[in-house]
Amino acid sequence: MGYCLTKPEAETLFQKLLQSYEVYAPVRKAGEGCFSDTDVIRYDRIRSLEEIVWDQKSDYSFKEVLLPVNETLFYFTEEQTAVPKGPEKELLIFLRSCDLHAVRRLDEMYLNNGAGDFYYARRRERTRFALMGCPYTCDSGFCVSMGTSRADQYDLYLKVEGGQVYADCRDSRLEEYWKEAGGAEMPVSPEYAGENREKVALPKKLSNESFTKEIWEEYGARCIGCGRCNFVCPTCTCFTMQDIFYRDNPKAGERRRVWASCQVDGYTDIAGGISFRKKQGDRFRFKVMHKIYDYEKRFGYPMCVGCGRCDNICPEYISYSNCVNRLAKEEEEA
Amino acid sequence: MKNEYIPQLSEIRQVIRHTNLEYTFRMAWEGPVKPGQFFELSLPKYGEAPISVSGIGKGTVDFTIRRVGKVTDEIFENYAGDSLYLRGPYGNGFDLDNYRGKELTVIAGGTGLSPVKGVVDYFAGHPEECRSCTLIAGFKSPADVLFREDFAFWKDRIRVIQTVDSAPEGYEGPVGMVTKYVPGLTFENPENAAFICVGPPVMIKFTVQEILKLGIREEQIWISHERKMCCGLGKCGHCRIGSTYVCLDGPVFNYTEGKNLVD
Repeated sequence: MGYCLTKPEAETLFQKLLQSYEVYAPVRKAGEGCFSDTDVIRYDRIRSLEEIVWDQKSDYSFKEVLLPVNETLFYFTEEQTAVPKGPEKELLIFLRSCDLHAVRRLDEMYLNNGAGDFYYARRRERTRFALMGCPYTCDSGFCVSMGTSRADQYDLYLKVEGGQVYADCRDSRLEEYWKEAGGAEMPVSPEYAGENREKVALPKKLSNESFTKEIWEEYGARCIGCGRCNFVCPTCTCFTMQDIFYRDNPKAGERRRVWASCQVDGYTDIAGGISFRKKQGDRFRFKVMHKIYDYEKRFGYPMCVGCGRCDNICPEYISYSNCVNRLAKEEEEA
Repeated sequence: MKNEYIPQLSEIRQVIRHTNLEYTFRMAWEGPVKPGQFFELSLPKYGEAPISVSGIGKGTVDFTIRRVGKVTDEIFENYAGDSLYLRGPYGNGFDLDNYRGKELTVIAGGTGLSPVKGVVDYFAGHPEECRSCTLIAGFKSPADVLFREDFAFWKDRIRVIQTVDSAPEGYEGPVGMVTKYVPGLTFENPENAAFICVGPPVMIKFTVQEILKLGIREEQIWISHERKMCCGLGKCGHCRIGSTYVCLDGPVFNYTEGKNLVD
């Protein structure tokens, strides 16, 4: 059901919501961008609706809420382990349509590929998603091409316009808050980007044969292996285990998992000094092929959701979407 | 949901020293385990490492560990009379049914013998269950030979060729790469032959080439892959090759499938 509240009414509702919910949304971190005097838009826990950045795409995705950059799996003393507590409240995450589609990809890896992941699952089962509309397309996204520009699986849709806050509640527990607030009932439906500036055609004939393409070498020569594309991607899920011990008590410590990048040295290192994909071009190919071919082969749908963040963040101005288009074009010409 | 990441403290029952760099740790463990599977072994503070099961006993599993990294260094330094943390077993392991009644040849390079050792142990103990069993095991030098006691036991029960890449003058055993001994293999019925090949990637590549030259079909060959694995649970991503997760779908692959795994 759709509702309309004034901004102050919505803020009052939000403050009530905060008693039971931890709410995460894209916020502006002034001066924390990669270049001097630039801001970064990234996820953080919010205490007011005012904090949400609506008019810009977040530079980093929501995934850090469900998969923290580094996450303690357990603490250990000499012979005992202790698992940290899970979330104490329900979680509500504000995100856009492309990112809501990315949730399915995270679920696939962390709940369905092999045994379910205890840490992800305990957060995920308490999480609800609030969709943010896209009244216009962002500059690098190609969600329409990837079929992710519309999303029906939201629990809440929220839109701030003028002095009004419009909501469409799909989740009954969230809807209670709106019923209690007594706003006007009215139909509210999400705004979706109808067309993107970037359009991407997926190559359809990729295979092991594609490994020898010159295009990988070309991008490999430009890529510096920083891994930023992996860290901004809402569908990249790799991590590495890390043990640490405390300086003031070396007998105690913790085992963590930290985000990992398939573009960075060490990702494939095994005992005896052996590693795989030593060339940057091979790593680039590994990433691109995963997003548009390998993942689909295993799970039945492409991994990439077309958010375009990797194109924005690359310090070498490598455009993944352009690379995919070139692969498709090569096929067409062949 | 079970927390798969919590390891279990396991007592070290015995330490068998093969070389200065390679020991076998016999660990207390109850539960089903197959040869070719692996565990995540750890010492808190130093991290986890995926290690193949190199032997299966009553209430124990063996891990043959080479001292080559941060975790294994620490295991060698600190194991005395102690225990290690284990979680597993992970991976598919070798299915012995694939080799029952067959003329089986196992070809292993160095520590590559560990994951397949359980298969050799089994058929050396139950020679009537396969048509024949041959082991070709290669090591760098006579000083690098692992499982000396096991070789003594196997030699009376199966055909064993234990070779070294190079040896000092006066060494009387076989010398040369494992590939040198493949062309000489003969079979009652090549159609009934089965091969297992485990070792470093280069060794697998050239050994399989030699096996195929014998007229053996790809589906008669099994290989086992070694990759970085932080979780063993299909999550961390490090072991992925194409659409395959080595930790879940492998590490043992029939060659028809394994040949398509290109990093």
